[in-house]
Amino acid sequence: MPTMSLSHFEATLLFALVISAVLGVTGRKTDRERLVYGLRCFGYFLVTVVGLGWLMYFGHR
Amino acid sequence: MAKKPKKKKEPLPPISSWGHIVALAWLLPGGGHFIQKRHGRGAILAGAVVLTFLFGIFMRGTMFEPRTGDLLTTVIYVGGFLGNLASGILYLLSNWLGYAQADVAGHVHDYGTKFLVAAGLMNVLAMVDAFEIAAGRKS
Repeated sequence: MPTMSLSHFEATLLFALVISAVLGVTGRKTDRERLVYGLRCFGYFLVTVVGLGWLMYFGHR
Repeated sequence: MAKKPKKKKEPLPPISSWGHIVALAWLLPGGGHFIQKRHGRGAILAGAVVLTFLFGIFMRGTMFEPRTGDLLTTVIYVGGFLGNLASGILYLLSNWLGYAQADVAGHVHDYGTKFLVAAGLMNVLAMVDAFEIAAGRKS
């Protein structure tokens, strides 16, 4: 069986990508709204991940 | 100031109109959309759930088994088991084919476990969406 070994960032990015797609599809009513909402969710995930990453970096200094 | 009028709760349609659709949506991720001719959305949902589940397996994540004890143990293990079970045929197949990964330390295994549960939770969202389409609350 193939195995995967991802870094924290890669795993979180992958997670954000699939979750955003599902939230976009299920969360809005028109295709355009779905696309915008999915992209917005992905953006929020990215900002949160990078923000928390820096917070932990400074917290451990 | 005038009070906003309360939104009237929509009555639940008869289970015969959506029960089989929700059951199919649980068993086959995206199936509830495909049967209602929402092929594009069904494909995205199926792809997302299957990919997440496979990534979880490839990262050697652990499947939860229901275990009770103190409140936190019960919530984590029973909740995790329900999350795994929500993946439908993917969970059943992996069990039938003998997938059994011991809970070991390491961030990759840990992400794998989370991916396996997340696949089930995404399928729950897909089931709710399929129900709303079947009930006529969504196009």
